Amino acid sequence: MKALRKLLDNIKPHVQPGGKFEKFHSTFDAFETFLFVPNTVTHKGSHIRDSIDLKRTMSVVVIALIPALLFGMYNVGYWHFASLGQEVSFMQTFTFGLLKVLPLVIVSYVSGLGVEFIFAQVRGHEVNEGFLVTGMLIPLVMPVDVPLWMVAVATIFAVTIGKEAFGGTGMNVFNPALLARAFVFFAYPAKITGDYIWTAGLSGGTGIIDGFSGATPLGLASAGQMDKIPAINELLLGFIPGSIGETSKIAILIGAAILLLTGVGSWRIMLSGLLGGLSMTLIFNAAGANAYMELSPMTQILMGSFLFGIVFMATDPVTAAQTSRGKWIYGFLVGMFAIMIRVFNPAYPEGTMLAILLMNAFAPLIDHYVIEANISKRLKRALKASNS
Amino acid sequence: MSEDKNTREPMFSAKIVKILTRPFNLENPITVQVLGICSALAVTVQMKPAIVMALSVTVVTAFSNLIISTLRNTIPSRIRIIVQLVVVAALVIIVDQVLKAYVYDVSKKLSVFVGLIITNCILMGRLEAFAMAQKPWPSFVDGIGNGIGYGLILITVGFFRELLGSGKIFGIDVVPQFLYDAGYVSNGLMILPPMALITIGVIIWLQRSKNRELIDKS
Repeated sequence: MKALRKLLDNIKPHVQPGGKFEKFHSTFDAFETFLFVPNTVTHKGSHIRDSIDLKRTMSVVVIALIPALLFGMYNVGYWHFASLGQEVSFMQTFTFGLLKVLPLVIVSYVSGLGVEFIFAQVRGHEVNEGFLVTGMLIPLVMPVDVPLWMVAVATIFAVTIGKEAFGGTGMNVFNPALLARAFVFFAYPAKITGDYIWTAGLSGGTGIIDGFSGATPLGLASAGQMDKIPAINELLLGFIPGSIGETSKIAILIGAAILLLTGVGSWRIMLSGLLGGLSMTLIFNAAGANAYMELSPMTQILMGSFLFGIVFMATDPVTAAQTSRGKWIYGFLVGMFAIMIRVFNPAYPEGTMLAILLMNAFAPLIDHYVIEANISKRLKRALKASNS
Repeated sequence: MSEDKNTREPMFSAKIVKILTRPFNLENPITVQVLGICSALAVTVQMKPAIVMALSVTVVTAFSNLIISTLRNTIPSRIRIIVQLVVVAALVIIVDQVLKAYVYDVSKKLSVFVGLIITNCILMGRLEAFAMAQKPWPSFVDGIGNGIGYGLILITVGFFRELLGSGKIFGIDVVPQFLYDAGYVSNGLMILPPMALITIGVIIWLQRSKNRELIDKS
């Protein structure tokens, strides 16, 4: 730690205004404030002091994502060897997954941070810390077989158009990680839907055992094969094909616990999202028009990326609703639409991504009306008090 | 209007050249005045329809400007919009028939958008703002300038959408086969209308960062 601090202090004079490398001030600043809590404080005006700043908040989310990431790595290996019909050791399985997932993570961070640094340099800003979480979310919402260049293109698109065009971290309307996924989804549909992309090396691979399909529970459900959907405990544990981070509900719940205990994620959004999903499923159960509608609420909630989306994506503090009541409405609608889209529209086997992006667009409107309602309520109360 | 009717201006005085070139950049109908966006989104999937559309709009704006400017002193101002529409509609029908006769496949691709030139905001904008108050020759040049300004954006957007969306330029494959073999896939999103909007957005972004006086102050 001390050595690191010393190194930074040695470099610092050169990148300050007037130094030799003053152009790289924002780059240096980004690394320094990432490694150490900045010692500058606001000197005038009222301000709230908190022991953690935005970079530390973001780090908590990244930590909360680690269980899902580690399980995702193991699951990638598990399904690869299952498709080949081989029995291998735990370490071999994990290492295979690690080598498959790590490049995705690196590509996502390098391309995204590259864009962030370029914009910070050009605009003379500090580097925004928002990408720490986005860069980790992007590989977790991708299928393992997605080509690396697509991840890079999608990340660059999401950060440039989704974030920097709006003014950087804190100004974006849409969740950049979901935007990256939506970009791949619409631009390269063959690489993100279907049965062959969820298991590493399945498409075009040799030695695949007979009868191995690699279909996700959602793929099975939209194909009408309800009897083949894995049992609840399998869905919960996560030994199912799917995007890298979404499969293990246990790992996601650990992440949710971290977010809730530290107060970084909003419990209102998580709870209302869950309630929204459940109530939509119950409505479908009551209607019961087809086999998909009759699926039990538990299966619906545990299938696909519903929980992952509600815990990590919908709670993004920038794109979600800001007011407490707005959060309830926002979360509830995200849950409802997620289930509705996946049941009603066979072209989109998973609705969570579209539901969250849709509600991202509506979050400011929800906030606006919540605030308006509050103002008129208080005005009425004040009028009443002054009249009596 | 102030100059004497008898002193003849040269055909390409500095003023005329300025009228012609202003719409290319600083008064571009699409990126600055944000007119004619609908057709710009609809016909830019490929280069060929984009160019044909740009030419059609140029012809219609130029000649409707010319005709309205000639008639400007005789049109009662209460019914001027109707008169403008009749002129534009007649020109659009002529253009549509010519396209059907000579480039039938492109005309089918453009479908209703040729007919919709009638409602193109650029036309009405130029007629109302320019032709109703200017002499025929400057009006004609203004029409051509605005048509080209519109066309420049259309062709730029069409170029990127066709190149990235289907790997072609004018329907000819330009992305080499070895790239496809290496795993390159054309971007399906570029073919969808949202990407046209985003492409125009990026052009506006680049243009305003070059010409900072265009940035709205608010």
